[in-house]
Amino acid sequence: MLAEVLRRLMATIPVMVVVAVAVFALLHVTPGDPAVIIAGDYASPDDVARIRAKLGLDRPFLSQVGIWLSQIVRGDLGTSIFSGLPVATLIKQRAGATVSLTIFAMLISVGVGVPLGIVAAWKKGSWIDRLVMVLAVSGFSMPVFWLGFLLVYVFAISFAWLPVQGYQPLASGLWPFLRHLILPALTLSVIYMALVARMTRASMLSVLSEDYIRTEFAKGLPPGRVLVRHALKNASLPVVTIIGIGFALLIGGAVVTESVFALPGLGRLTVDAIVRRDYPVIQGVLLLVSGVYVMINLVIDMLYVFLDPRIRY
Amino acid sequence: MRRALRRHPTLIAGALALVVIVAAAVFAPLWWTGDPTQMRPVQRLRPPSTQTWFGTDHFGRDIYTRTIFGARVSLAVGASVSLLSVVLGTTLGLVIGFDRRLDTIMMRVLDGVMAIPAILLALALMALMRASVRNVIIALLIPEIPRVTRVVRASVLSLREHLMVEGARALGVGTPRILLRYILPALVAPLLVQGTYICGSAILVEAYLSFLGAGTPPVIPSSGNIMAEGRAYVQLAFWIIFFPGIFLAATVLAINLVGDGLRDLLDVR
Repeated sequence: MLAEVLRRLMATIPVMVVVAVAVFALLHVTPGDPAVIIAGDYASPDDVARIRAKLGLDRPFLSQVGIWLSQIVRGDLGTSIFSGLPVATLIKQRAGATVSLTIFAMLISVGVGVPLGIVAAWKKGSWIDRLVMVLAVSGFSMPVFWLGFLLVYVFAISFAWLPVQGYQPLASGLWPFLRHLILPALTLSVIYMALVARMTRASMLSVLSEDYIRTEFAKGLPPGRVLVRHALKNASLPVVTIIGIGFALLIGGAVVTESVFALPGLGRLTVDAIVRRDYPVIQGVLLLVSGVYVMINLVIDMLYVFLDPRIRY
Repeated sequence: MRRALRRHPTLIAGALALVVIVAAAVFAPLWWTGDPTQMRPVQRLRPPSTQTWFGTDHFGRDIYTRTIFGARVSLAVGASVSLLSVVLGTTLGLVIGFDRRLDTIMMRVLDGVMAIPAILLALALMALMRASVRNVIIALLIPEIPRVTRVVRASVLSLREHLMVEGARALGVGTPRILLRYILPALVAPLLVQGTYICGSAILVEAYLSFLGAGTPPVIPSSGNIMAEGRAYVQLAFWIIFFPGIFLAATVLAINLVGDGLRDLLDVR
């Protein structure tokens, strides 16, 4: 088992190298001189030269890639052009809000999406099933930020129950922390919830048509027990997979959600960096988020062993 | 018609809604719209009324007109991204599906690109390009191509071993003809479904980019930048955000319903 974990971990290295090179190469693939693009429209030739030297853009491309890769291995993500701070420091400052937001949203979506999917599959063809499916396809079609503003308008402006925007770290108390996260997490969770509910329903439907499930219902086991203990367990593999794949969706939504609610997270960091053309910061965030995404999916691959005893590594 | 409706309600409902929305966008000037950029300072922040159906913004521009014109950008981006990503992705998938050496290298590269969340990749690309509708299309296209390629490659790999392809090969049919006659037809249904979903998600991501200020430039009204300009007036003039958002959600919903309907109709897994 340990050997397999290590083997899998090694297998992610080529993917991460490609990510690192791709993130770096974007600068050179896009048309135009990267130093000029980063310096912006109002930069003097001196500014351009300074940026070119600072980012090492005057060196040959391959040696630039080599330097970039060796920096990453040492945990150095470069320095922000705008603030002069190391990118790693900036990311550390901002990670808290994003991690809290995504975990909270993930809990809501799984906590609501899985039960909805189970009930929809159990009552297939009923009005509950139709309602869940309509909600799922609508949730999947809604612009995240629009939903955010809608929730703000109703719960923060009209009823004034929750703050309009802002963030409080956990250190300032549990309630202030949660109060500021409820609306953003709800906003972010909708698309993901729709995805989880749909996948749970589809997966449960195929399991519920099995003979053993019919036998269990026939011998009078309580439905809750059949659905959760016997059906859900066997239907969980695709659901867990979609939770991992959907993380990319979640992180993309987080960028937009953080902008709506003015949360000081990685999304805001990225958007600010884009406005300022602070490319080292963009590179760092892209690399980190992709790395987390690859790791999450690796962990999920490993989880299969516990969910399905037939899978052995 | 009634039988079709009963058998494929989602497909028909989605297609009808989509036809109306496309017609609204294509024939925008005919639908009681005005000039989307005309400012009337006297009519600032007017709530919805019989004259201005969706209200006006802080420059007195008519939100209904801007929403309809914004749908043009949305649909143009959605259609271009889905069409181009299917064409380019399929071409790439067919090529690497038939070339073993290219396959190992290219799949590594594509896996790497796919590990970068699509919105972030598009944002990074927009940071390096000037804001224009064409560049938004390019930025949305690049994350989508590998996803199409992967599906096509998987089909090619399984179809290549299929008896009919082996038979054709034994009869001396060349590779281009095999691709054209045996492989491509089998790909039409899944690609049609995938292309529809890509169209829906591209429209949403275009709105996200424009909302974040890294998409369609503000001089061209698009649902994302209309709402971005309205965010300062959430409390005062919620209609600036509310109506364009509903319209955008309805557009994407119609497309996703068509996608779901096509998937059931064509029996694509």
